[in-house]
Amino acid sequence: MKITRIRLISQIFFFSLFLFFVFVTEFSYLKGYPVSLFLEADPLVAIATAITTHSLYKGLLWSLVLLIPTLLFGRIFCNWICPYGILHHLVGWLFNYWNPKKRIENNRYRKLYATKYYILTAMAVAAILGSLQIGLLDPIALLFRSFAVSVLPAIDMPTEWVYVRPHLYQLSWVVGFLLLFLVGMNLVIPRFFCRVLCPLGATLGVLSRFSLWRIDRDPDKCTDCDLCLTHCEGASDPHTNLRKSECFVCMNCLEDCPHDAIHFKFLPDLSHEVTSPDITRRRTILAGLVGLLFIPFSRRSGDLTKNFNKMVVRPPGSLAEPDFLERCIKCDQCIRVCPTNVLQPALFQAGIEGIWTPILNMRMGYCELNCVLCGQVCPTGAIQPISIEQKLGIGEFVEQGPVRLGTAFYDRGRCLPWAMDIPCVVCEEVCPTSPKAIFGRDVTVTTRTGETLALRRPYLDPQLCIGCGICEHECPIKDYRAIRVTAVGETRSTDRKFLLSR
Amino acid sequence: MERREFLKRIGLTGAVVAGSTVGALLLHNRPVLNRSRYKTLKSYRIALNSSDVQMAIAHGADLDAMVRASVSEMGGIQKFIQRGDVVVIKPNVAFDRPPELGATTRPETVKAIIQLCKEAGARKILVADNPINQPESCFYKSGVKRAAEEAGAEIVYPYPSQFEDLYIGGEVLTSTWPMFYGPFKNADKVIGVAPVKDHNLCYASMSMKNWYGLLSGSRNQFHQDIHGIISDFPHMIQPTLVILDATRVLTRNGPTGGSLSDVAEGHTVVAGVDMVAIDAYGYELLRKIQGGEGPDTLGYLEKAHARGLGNRDWRSQVWREVNV
Repeated sequence: MKITRIRLISQIFFFSLFLFFVFVTEFSYLKGYPVSLFLEADPLVAIATAITTHSLYKGLLWSLVLLIPTLLFGRIFCNWICPYGILHHLVGWLFNYWNPKKRIENNRYRKLYATKYYILTAMAVAAILGSLQIGLLDPIALLFRSFAVSVLPAIDMPTEWVYVRPHLYQLSWVVGFLLLFLVGMNLVIPRFFCRVLCPLGATLGVLSRFSLWRIDRDPDKCTDCDLCLTHCEGASDPHTNLRKSECFVCMNCLEDCPHDAIHFKFLPDLSHEVTSPDITRRRTILAGLVGLLFIPFSRRSGDLTKNFNKMVVRPPGSLAEPDFLERCIKCDQCIRVCPTNVLQPALFQAGIEGIWTPILNMRMGYCELNCVLCGQVCPTGAIQPISIEQKLGIGEFVEQGPVRLGTAFYDRGRCLPWAMDIPCVVCEEVCPTSPKAIFGRDVTVTTRTGETLALRRPYLDPQLCIGCGICEHECPIKDYRAIRVTAVGETRSTDRKFLLSR
Repeated sequence: MERREFLKRIGLTGAVVAGSTVGALLLHNRPVLNRSRYKTLKSYRIALNSSDVQMAIAHGADLDAMVRASVSEMGGIQKFIQRGDVVVIKPNVAFDRPPELGATTRPETVKAIIQLCKEAGARKILVADNPINQPESCFYKSGVKRAAEEAGAEIVYPYPSQFEDLYIGGEVLTSTWPMFYGPFKNADKVIGVAPVKDHNLCYASMSMKNWYGLLSGSRNQFHQDIHGIISDFPHMIQPTLVILDATRVLTRNGPTGGSLSDVAEGHTVVAGVDMVAIDAYGYELLRKIQGGEGPDTLGYLEKAHARGLGNRDWRSQVWREVNV
């Protein structure tokens, strides 16, 4: 069998596996599937979180499974396993049906392709200082996020295949159009994302310098026809000295060569390759400087401290905000698995560092009392895998008390029984704690027409409120609810406490 | 230019002009709102004589036996379900809670009723609810999904396509409302299965309040007239049979509960056709267990009785009480 045929089988297998994991990251199907496997095997996630947290979380040891083949064969991940790379390859195959001459020109190496190394440098420096930003462009995180927030809801709209109650995601269109843009760029520059932007590709490119095998051209057989460039995915110059860091090991050149001059060779001659990425020291330093300044620029906004946003209510089990941002890779698996649709991708609510990180929007949903799925699927521990007992503060966790996401506050000017003498208390009805954190006081009021009216007015007991937000979700004052949960009083933070007693 | 080509080009342009004109005239000034005729829920009730048993109470410890005894006192399941019927069972699965907490209909009760329907020869049994919490996890954690599927019934989840505007014409639901109509579309019989629960606003949630689970849309505004809306339910739907399961009674912190100490044993199952009578009995039982809390009677029972939708004086009908 031809080697490219074997590659195709691998591509179909891994792309299907990824789609399967995306689909089963859901309440009814999750069971024990290792849905985080792609992210856990992603060396960029492992290295970057190791830089920020000085530890390797749970399944991230799987990254060795990808690291070792890269050190042997080069960037095979990019064209054999990466679902995002496979998507770009597929789009190129479907739409780039140009004549060989144009294809050859499109697949020549360009200086632009070094950009990814500068992106990686800036992100790595930011990571050293405690801000994990690789998730913005890590292909697995980016693709999972695109599916969770945009593609699946779009598929569900006409079919109802994905959700019972349709899930809605704020900024779904931004994530969706970003996906379309990056995929569409293949028509301008083939494999645009992989060649130009991908920080994971850059990581593997750096690592591939150690690889023992690579594509090698036999100058004696070569007639300089350049046909090997016709289907070159990486633009890695197989027609001359191979740019090892750019080669995706797609093996297309092997089959395009009419003279059998190209082979995948063990320990080839070092003088016939460009071993390192095509980067200059000055530009690398400049990129590092961007990463260096990113931290003071973002943190001096006060978004994590004094000026923290009241809307940044994090999922149950989340670490305190600075620790959270050291771990969250914005993959949005938590958002995908959340059964109530309350988890939503942030834009600037959590500062520039928190783009696409999960926050709770109680208009969309609420935090289900007996649910801890978000922490179970989090691949990096930004949301800790807490148990139901721990979340509710029962059993051995009685001392600690329940996990509070924030606190609910009444806006009496908008509350029907308070402002308008109209019965309601849906908030009390749905409050899930026992005893309820929301309680009523029966009062008798005289209406403006002089009649007496028995009325139940709601109050909140802050000792019992866990900030789940179902009261806000069910409040009939739909545009700006009469009870709202804000982040103050959340368990994960000591400096956002406001009550002496909790 | 050839004549043929001349005619072809003129004809093509002419056809597009004519097409646009006809289309525009057809669409012009159509009504802004499409007021087609709305559907209503048909009555699923079977004709009973006033000498027939209207309500049967069974006490005991064995839930399955109590369900069977109450239905058999009503005249047996064959009286209500015929061979080949499509039956919709509506449990209360409003919350994502384990069954022990008493916030949802017990799975064993649902199972017992499905088995009865099977024995009567029902062709298809659907179990449907539109819960407050996330539907799949409500059906899963309440145990109703498993019980229903084991007994051979099918769960109908509240997908958007299952909803339709129905005409209600009640006191609070004056006109139309989006309803979970999908499972009822081809149903022959409907059975309501509700637990007895304390309720923070209307004091008790029983067989009438159970039908809240068919409403969609902004249903949380109905709490502004909770007794009015509940008294609309016996007008909105006439089920074939209603089972009130007062074995695991939620006595406080309702309707959500959340603690085992909120739950008490009621040792009772009631079957009947008059929801007002059944709930009147259920409320007496709940008050007894609660130790006399709450008002003597419920606003929605009074209203429904006054509207002639049922009889809150349950003792004035033909009723049976058995111990099993």
